[in-house]
Parts: sequence; C-alpha cells; structure tokens
Amino acid sequence: MERAYGHPRSLKSIQTKYCPGCGHGVIHRLIAEVIDEMGLQTKSIITNPVGCSIWADLYFDFDSVQPAHGRTPAAATGVKRMLPDHLVICYQGDGDLAAIGTAEIIHAANRGEKFTVIFVNNAIYGMTGGQMAPTTLIGQHATTAPEGRDPINAGMGYPIKVCELLATLQGTKYLARGAVNNAINTRKTKNYIRKAFEAQMRGEGFTMVEILSQCPTNWQMKPVESVEWLEKNMIPFYPLGEIKNTLETGTTAEQPAAR
Amino acid sequence: MAEEIRLMKGNEAIGEAAIRAGCRAYFGYPITPQNELTAYMARHMIAKGRTFIQAESEVAAINMVYGAASTGARAMTSSSSPGISLKQEGISYLCGADLPAVIVNVARSGPGLGGISPSQGDYFQSTRGGGHGDYYTIVLAPKGVQEAADLTYEAFEISEKWRVPVLVLADGLIGQMMEGVVLPEPIDPATLPPKPYAVGHAVEQGRPYNHISSINLVPDELEAKNHSRFERYEQIKKELLRYEEIEVEDADIVFVAYGTSARVCHGAVQMARAQGLKVGLFRPITLWPFPYDRLHQLAEQGKRFLSVEMSMGQMVEDVRLAVNGKAPVYFYGRCGGNIPSQEEVFAEVARLMGK
Repeated sequence: MERAYGHPRSLKSIQTKYCPGCGHGVIHRLIAEVIDEMGLQTKSIITNPVGCSIWADLYFDFDSVQPAHGRTPAAATGVKRMLPDHLVICYQGDGDLAAIGTAEIIHAANRGEKFTVIFVNNAIYGMTGGQMAPTTLIGQHATTAPEGRDPINAGMGYPIKVCELLATLQGTKYLARGAVNNAINTRKTKNYIRKAFEAQMRGEGFTMVEILSQCPTNWQMKPVESVEWLEKNMIPFYPLGEIKNTLETGTTAEQPAAR
Repeated sequence: MAEEIRLMKGNEAIGEAAIRAGCRAYFGYPITPQNELTAYMARHMIAKGRTFIQAESEVAAINMVYGAASTGARAMTSSSSPGISLKQEGISYLCGADLPAVIVNVARSGPGLGGISPSQGDYFQSTRGGGHGDYYTIVLAPKGVQEAADLTYEAFEISEKWRVPVLVLADGLIGQMMEGVVLPEPIDPATLPPKPYAVGHAVEQGRPYNHISSINLVPDELEAKNHSRFERYEQIKKELLRYEEIEVEDADIVFVAYGTSARVCHGAVQMARAQGLKVGLFRPITLWPFPYDRLHQLAEQGKRFLSVEMSMGQMVEDVRLAVNGKAPVYFYGRCGGNIPSQEEVFAEVARLMGK
C-alpha cells in the first residue's frame, strides 16, 4: 500500500526550537513539501535570516547560508548569481526584511533577482523578545510600544504592506500573501510557494510569498487565541491572495530550468 | 615572447589582475578615488559572462560577496575608506564563517567623509580586524601599480588557502596614478577546484550538506572555534610575512613605511646616502601579519627608527611594539590627504641625526 502522507525528505525529522503555536514549523514543512515534489532537494539552498528562523539551517536538509541581519537578499543575490540552476530561498522575518534590510529587499526585487523570498510576517520581533516590528498593527502592544503602536502621538510609524510596496517595482514578477491559520489558507500558501519556486526555476524574475504567521509567545496569547487574533486583526489589514502576478503562465511546462 | 608592459592606472590594473586571478563575481558601489576600478569591472566582467553588480550600498556589496564566497567562487569588492567602514560588518561575518574574499581599499583621508586625497589613516581599522569580535584579516600593502596588480592577483589564492579575507590596502595615489605593469597569467575560473566547505552541487561533489554560518550560542564551542582560527593565524604569521629592506644593513636610522609613503622614503634614503648619511628603509608588505620579529632584530643591532606615515601615527604603534623599548622610535606624518615630499622626510631624518 502506498503511503499517502509522511515526513518531507527535505526536512529533518527532529523537534524544532520554535514555540508551541508558532507558524515557522508549518511554513518550513510547506517549503520542504514543494521542494520534494519538484525533486529539488539536492539543488536547494536556503539563506536564513537573523531572527527566530536563524535556526532554519538545523531543520532543512539541504545546503544553507546564514548572513548578517537584513542582508539576506544581498547574500542570496551572491549565491543565486553563482548558482543560477539552484533553487535559492531567501527566508526572512519582518524585522530582517522590512526594517534593517529594507534597502537590500527593495534593490534585490528591483534587479529582478531570480530567487524566492519567503517573508514570514508575524508583526513582532520574536527572537529578541517582542519588540515592535515594521508590520506591527496600530494599537498592537510590544515591549517597545507598551501602550500599543501609536503612529501619531508617539511617532511610531504605520504598518508596512510589503507586497504592495514591492508591487510597484518592475523586477517583481510574483508577489503573493498567504497565511497558516487554517487548513485552507495553508494549502493556498503552499500553492503560492510552488508557483514562486517554479517561476524561479524558469528564471522569470523576483518572486516572493509573504506568510502571515502566529507568534503566541510574544503576542502573549495561547496558540488558539493567537490564530483568532490573526484572523480578526492581521488578515483584514494584510489582504490574502496574489498581490501581483505577471508570470508568463502557459509556457511553463516547455521551458527548461533556468541557467 | 616579449613581455607585454601595459600603461595602466592602479585602479584598472587591480581590476585586470582580479579578472586574471579568476574572480567570478565583483560587487561595488561608487566612491572616489576607486571609481575606475568599479567601471573597469563593469566593462570586463559582464563581457566575460561573469557577475558584476553595482550594489545599492557598500553594505549590500560585501554581503553579496559573502553569498558568492559561500558557493566557493572567487569574489571581490572594492571601495575607499568611508565605504570600507560600512563593509566591516560583512567582513566580521566573512571571518566568522571562515570564508575567503578579496577586499580592496583605495584609501582616502578621514575621519568622517574627510577628503578624497590619499591617506594611510585606515591602518588601525585594517590591521585590528575592523569590525566586532576576535579576528584579523590579512592585509597586503602595495607601493605602486605593479605591486597592486601582483598582490591583488595573489590575494585570491592566499585568501582561499587560509580561508581568511584578504584586504589589499592601497591609497588614492596608487589607484589614480599610471605606471607600466606586466600582468599575470589569466586563470580560467572553471579550472579552479570546488571548495569542500561551499554550498551548491552537493550531490555531484559527493559531500554532506554544508551550512555556512558564524553563529554559535554555546560559549565553549565558540571559544574552541576562535582558538582554532587563531591557531591558523599563528601559521599565517610564520608563512606569510613579507617586507622589503633597502640599505638597512649599515643604517643608523631606518625609515619604516609602507605603500606610497615608502616610495617617498626611498627617495629620502637616496638623498641621505648622497650626503653620506646612513639611512635605510624597512617596508612592510604584509601589514597583518606585521614583521615584529625582524624589526626587533634590527633594534637589537642598535638602529633607530623613523615611522613615516600619511596619518597622525598609526603603524608607529606596531613599530614600538616590535622594538619594545630597545631603540628610539620617531614619527613623521602628514595627513588630511597630504603626501610628504622626500625633501621634508629627508630634512626630518637629517635633523634627527644632528645634520
């Protein structure tokens, strides 16, 4: 009898350091499943960020490069330019991508670098203990926004919609936003990841999947509450779906892998 | 076949030497006085099907180097002093991950934005690591266009051998001036062997998956890693030291100078010798490792030292460490982008000799 469901080969069969209810584990699994389905385990390289997912290289069973905080897209540029036939995954959190690494992500996207960014947006700094992120919602509490994010009186700025920001750049070909709050959204997110990876291997241009993710520990909620909070607060502000899709669909099957 | 001598600017000779060394990826950002180097790489790297990127910042450029070096490719960036300051984060990570890379500094005057004229004010930054944490980079200091080309060419091999980034420390004068240069033999990057530590092509190379990283949260493990890196540094000190001595043997006072100021001092040695003054020149070519032992030997022979620098006095501290109180150490420097003339350097040494 064929086994229909098992552990992805591209993900090591070990317990992660992520907190209970954290989205990283599910997101790792989706990435690993797509890589397995595309037969790319031995051709995959992840550049993992500074933040909770700095540990990604412990869990993914393929090559990895761990650069400085926010410089992930610059390092991924170096990797992908040298290894254009490999699948390069630039995994970033909201602090890494939307704060300290803003210049790097915008210019990598604008150059149309042919790697895929997996942008995990949980609206908070996780590893450092719950500071305000660029994507923290207005009114959301953080250790550095103890009364809630206040863009007006406290000058804390507004939450950044990264997909929409990058959509104006000509180098970006595919920008989608998913979530891992329930089975339906998780399946949709996997589909976005697959589309992005396929486009990368065709060499089409810059691709990114933003994934809204729970951080129960730093949101100071139980895992189930954190899912409800994400549904009630994050999804209405960060709309799910394909924010930009200018992929050359239809020619996908015939095209050889990117060289 | 007759040797081909080309008349080239230092910046362009550095670029051509890097290409001939098999550099597969160059990442740069505009800054004076090294712009000809970036422009040269744009013209010639793209034409050869290699990677050239004008990065969005020096910070991005050095991290692109980090990525390219992670794949085992020969990768390089160049800049000038303020830009090199920005690259220090990336250099620290390269050292922490034991990745080779070549970084060229066509130095200018500082601090801050300073000026665009030549300076040797980056000696401290270059020879003391430069960024955070316990590490050194190998520092090679050319005195002219030929040596800039030769050292850049060799820097790639040295860097790969030791898995330590190599800094080529030139200055605005060396970058901008034109001299005749004999260029080294081109290496085809495709012929370079794959690196066992690098990412990519794991299956073809029959190796386990590699993880390039500088993080380690276990104090004992990180300490052990640093110890093993410093053992390598000790080997480098034994094998890589380079310096040049000119008329040192019978000298009473020895100039200690590198790069541009060493050439000025060479002129001053000739002026002094013409007047019967026993003056010599000791020119470190590797600034890290620094030739402490040789200078110490010379001090024990009763020689005095005059460190001549285009700074307020930085290398002079290493000269004092080397001499360790055994002989007087004097300093003469110009800064702000000024280059001392051989006449003023000669006048200083003559004054010290009571002439």
